[in-house]
Amino acid sequence: MDILRFITAGSVDDGKSTLIGRLLYDSKSIMIDQLEAIGRQSKNREDGEIDLALLTDGLRAEREQGITIDVAYKYFSTPKRKFIIADAPGHIQYTRNMVTGASNADLAIILIDARNGVAEQTRRHSIIASLLKIPHVVVAINKMDLVDYSHDVYNNIVIDYAEVARNLGLKDVTYIPISALNGDNIVEKSDKYPWYEGESLLHILENTEVQNDINLTDGRFPVQYVIRPQTEDLHDYRGYAGKIISGVYRKGDKVVVQPSGIESSIAAIEKDGKEIDEAFAPQSVVLHLKDDIDISRGDTIVPTGIQPNVTNELEVLLCWMDNKPLVPGNKYLLQINSRTVRSSIREIQYKLNVNTLQKEEAPDKAGLNDVVKAVIKTAAPIAWDAYAALRSNGGAILIDETSCVTVGACMIQ
Amino acid sequence: MSKYQLDYLDQLESESIHILREVAGQFERPALLFSGGKDSITLVHLALKAFRPGKFPFPLVHIDTGHNFPEALRFRDELAAQIGEKLIVRHVGDTIKLKNLTEQKGKFASRNALQTYTLLDTIEEFGFDACIGGARRDEEKARAKERIFSVRDEFGQWNPKLQRPELWNTYNGKIHKGENVRIFPISNWTELDVWNYIRRHNIELPPIYYAHEREVLEFQGQLVATSAFIQLEPTDKISVKKVRYRTVGDMTCTAAVESNAATIDDIISEIIATKTSERGETRIDDRVSEAAMEDRKKNGYF
Repeated sequence: MDILRFITAGSVDDGKSTLIGRLLYDSKSIMIDQLEAIGRQSKNREDGEIDLALLTDGLRAEREQGITIDVAYKYFSTPKRKFIIADAPGHIQYTRNMVTGASNADLAIILIDARNGVAEQTRRHSIIASLLKIPHVVVAINKMDLVDYSHDVYNNIVIDYAEVARNLGLKDVTYIPISALNGDNIVEKSDKYPWYEGESLLHILENTEVQNDINLTDGRFPVQYVIRPQTEDLHDYRGYAGKIISGVYRKGDKVVVQPSGIESSIAAIEKDGKEIDEAFAPQSVVLHLKDDIDISRGDTIVPTGIQPNVTNELEVLLCWMDNKPLVPGNKYLLQINSRTVRSSIREIQYKLNVNTLQKEEAPDKAGLNDVVKAVIKTAAPIAWDAYAALRSNGGAILIDETSCVTVGACMIQ
Repeated sequence: MSKYQLDYLDQLESESIHILREVAGQFERPALLFSGGKDSITLVHLALKAFRPGKFPFPLVHIDTGHNFPEALRFRDELAAQIGEKLIVRHVGDTIKLKNLTEQKGKFASRNALQTYTLLDTIEEFGFDACIGGARRDEEKARAKERIFSVRDEFGQWNPKLQRPELWNTYNGKIHKGENVRIFPISNWTELDVWNYIRRHNIELPPIYYAHEREVLEFQGQLVATSAFIQLEPTDKISVKKVRYRTVGDMTCTAAVESNAATIDDIISEIIATKTSERGETRIDDRVSEAAMEDRKKNGYF
């Protein structure tokens, strides 16, 4: 049993919350008391029917307004897999929330209302999925019951979306006709779609291969914390604690500490207080090096071989997440894994239209939810990989030092 | 499974250890809130994995309402002593006296709301900038929205509309003086994940998690242990039943479930078969309203 993290993209009108409610309900992940609670809530509404969407709207404001404002995390399991759903809002004013939810997703479910076909927001959600490099996409064409289960309607949407996917370079795309409201093709295949040869949505979610998405070739180990007991019997103990974000580490491997470039080799690997010969992503371990060198939080231990880039200038696609605009010249803290450095935005090169993928003229400043291409200068070098090549070492956040808030998400190019 | 593949419990464990080490790396004075319940016991177990052979970079802190199960308190003290880590206990009863707080009245008068005062005072007393807790997102729908690093203002208040975006596995622990961060390393675990983890690693728990005979009061379909903290009336239906606890909170607001589960395997079978959620079955305090948890969190509760 492993874990699949997925995001659902779509607005309430597309039936996103209903879909999640349906998955939870049909996989028996909803308990009686929770159902009774939404039953009571539904009665407060005029239509009277049990509204599965109420399961996911966690905040009072969301329930009152019937919209999703923030990312909610939901959990269910089947004997095959544990699922973590990031339920994110779909409207353009919540792009930053969708970016947040997408950042950890293995898979995105893009919901399309069969009556509307590929719409502006379908493109936007797909663009975000491609910017955040979500490896797998399932296009769920919903509300098929409202178009008489028409194979033609379905086919035309598939043809339209294939064009979007091609333009964005989305590689693993699966299509499925559903009715979230009726539960068609969600857990079981429905007989109302004799022309549909694929599997049910749950079957797709259970069987999408995600292990191959972990890079086991290029080792990266950001040091989070140095364990130094300094007791009598452990006087010389110096262990580098961290999580392997990619690759495999073996005892005896020659390594380079970035960004300093100092070389050493692995004297021991510890996990749960026991020595092991090798460890791999995404394990949390303790590394010991042969040489007594100065290593602290923010350094990355890398096996010799393909090294990360070590520079103090970055080209990034930047999603701006703050109400105060981004103005070139502004200074922020840049945090990538365990390393935090001062940085300044050198220039904005262009703005990306998230509905069309058109590059638009560089604005004077970037506003909330804007995605721009920018150049960032850092006060000290950082060890990074291109986000497209190694997601776990190519994403950075920007923090406003005066407000302490996370104001931007950078995908390093 | 390939040689280089982690199963779900190992993945969750690694994620939680990573979060604990981020706390150690980013904060000056963190604390781990430890009640002697299964979730915080799991946290302690994870911290051992994250920091041994070194000491924890934080003390264990318990806000004792005075209404706790004696079995949980005994377990709390024994575990802290066994692992040789510092345990700080602060009492809600002291805060009530010192600050002239008014206690709830009624049959199940609870100190649940008052413990927030003691928690905030303790945070101030020791200057804690981060408090690690065992809350999970599957427990309750307000919690489903909360970040792993959840910033609280100087009054401990959670503002659900002003949460920081939390991307990848990068946690922003920057705060202003006076603020603190609540940190939830097992956010992504479900109740069943915790139990399966406890089984896999043979983690010891207080005995009240296993079926035992206890005198209980039947109240609106829930079984509440009789104790000095509950006002009994002559009409109350009291009986001795075989029960276990699914969660361990205050004796005034935690209900038991009828059970014959003597082993962890039995418990896991019962949880898989149950049709009621953890908090719904065992917490009297969440039943007040649809937004009970959201409101308490806004006021500084965990």
